[in-house]
Amino acid sequence: MSENAALASRHLVYLRRLESWKPAEIVFWLLLVAVYFAFPTSLVFASQILITGIFAMSLDIILGYAGIVTLGHAAFFGIGAYTAGLLAAHGWHDPFLGLLAAGVAAGIAGYLSSFLLSRGSDLTRLMITLGIGLLLFEIANSAASITGGVDGLQGVEIGKLFGVFSFGLYGRTAYLYVLGVAFLLFAFTRSMMLSPYGLALRSMRENKTRALAIGIPITAVLTDIYTIAAVIAGIAGALLTQTTQFVGIDVLSFQRSADLMVMLIIGGTATMYGGFIGAAAFLLVQNALSDVNPQYWQFFLGILLIIMTLYLRGGILGGLGKLSGLVGSRRNKERP
Amino acid sequence: MNPILQTRDLWKAFGGLIVTKNVNLSLARGGRHALIGPNGAGKTTLINQLTGVLRPSSGSVWLDGEDITRTAPNDRVYRGLSRTFQINTLFPRLTPLEAVASAMCVRERKKLNVFKRRVLKVSRRSGLIDEAYALLELLNLGKDCLVETHTLAYGKQRLLEMALALAAKPKVLLLDEPAAGVPEGESDELFEVLNHLPKEISILLIEHDMNLVFNFADRITVLVNGEELVTGTPAEIAEDPRVREVYLGKGH
Repeated sequence: MSENAALASRHLVYLRRLESWKPAEIVFWLLLVAVYFAFPTSLVFASQILITGIFAMSLDIILGYAGIVTLGHAAFFGIGAYTAGLLAAHGWHDPFLGLLAAGVAAGIAGYLSSFLLSRGSDLTRLMITLGIGLLLFEIANSAASITGGVDGLQGVEIGKLFGVFSFGLYGRTAYLYVLGVAFLLFAFTRSMMLSPYGLALRSMRENKTRALAIGIPITAVLTDIYTIAAVIAGIAGALLTQTTQFVGIDVLSFQRSADLMVMLIIGGTATMYGGFIGAAAFLLVQNALSDVNPQYWQFFLGILLIIMTLYLRGGILGGLGKLSGLVGSRRNKERP
Repeated sequence: MNPILQTRDLWKAFGGLIVTKNVNLSLARGGRHALIGPNGAGKTTLINQLTGVLRPSSGSVWLDGEDITRTAPNDRVYRGLSRTFQINTLFPRLTPLEAVASAMCVRERKKLNVFKRRVLKVSRRSGLIDEAYALLELLNLGKDCLVETHTLAYGKQRLLEMALALAAKPKVLLLDEPAAGVPEGESDELFEVLNHLPKEISILLIEHDMNLVFNFADRITVLVNGEELVTGTPAEIAEDPRVREVYLGKGH
């Protein structure tokens, strides 16, 4: 009996080790802090990467973990961006208030639209999300008196962070602000994915029929996770508004949803870091390629994409995992 | 004593095709009830109506004295009705430990507050993990519980099917051909497990293997063309000339 107990606790130890923060993760976040000191002139760009990373992480939650395909995730990013922008343009300048309002607005939109997605196949979902995205884009386009239409929303003024640090021209405050929010959202998401709720989500992705048969209320969980992902996407949108002090109508564009999916797949789905890695890779490559050839950079991007999907399943992180045998096989080799 | 699981005048039709015709099935508490019948007799359709995946056209399903005809499938699991699948329906990239823990977390979710459900890690539920391990150990899966499910041998996967159904602590267990596809040499392990299931669990077994059915069941219902042909003890069924004709006559 006591031997059994000891064995059982070994399983607990094993599980805890899987859940704990890995050294690579700590290095990842320390590197992001180091960026602040190492590239003081590129912090605006770095903030954009981080924001896109948060946005991609929110897609990863529903695509990678819950298995819902969507081509309209920019809807929530855009709602967040406009909410924060309109608030700031109409006299509420506090950045945190903007984040909160953006999260709530995007969350409500996510909750309502989730009911359209709760039934139907992947193809149905693609079309519905695409439709919602296009719909919102046109609304923002026609309501030019409120949103500024294609010219974008002007006059977004963001107050000082904690009433002390102003958002300057070089994006120093902005970068640290974005990094802080990114870390908090990431830590929240990470623990959620390792909680019983996250386990239920992974079970659903692995096999819906069985998930239902062990008592997981699939529809309720889908509604729920879609709402959470929308909140995070909304906050990412608000961050973009606040750090650029402007809202362009492209926050709602189809291109943004499509690029996002590309980034996530490049980075690796259901890895938690895939979104950040993919966003960084995509934006850096875009930057570099458009320097080389501003007109045709997408040509090279296309080639890269084809090669990656054919030969690098699981994206950059999947590839790295295979390389070091860390992600896939270790789980299977370790039989205590 | 009232039956633990019952169907009353159950009908199911897909268009003009009647797949369940006035079935009145009654599973006694602690019973070992087998449901047999030729292919296409409507056994799996019946199971799907019991678990709530399919809605019957008319009639009702009762679990432990409550009408569950309109209860959602996941709610039926909370109320103590769980099942296994004829074809392995598992979580390929979860380890058995994770899979069973997942089922147990769902079972206990009403006892966990939002914070415990959403934020704290699964390993904090150490009681459940120990319980999951104990269950896996009971089903001879202790050594394999930390590798991903898709790497397990077929026979082991069949056992995991049972483990997942048992993790819900069911009152009623529906076993849909538990030995399907298991080679003869490996089926002993499975029968062993079946025979040692606690008596408090009432079992409805669908099975083609007549050896297993006649050794395991205390009651047998024969289903033909969606209709109940006869219900009785194994001895009665074995003697029944109609059963011989429609079922045992063919190839057995």
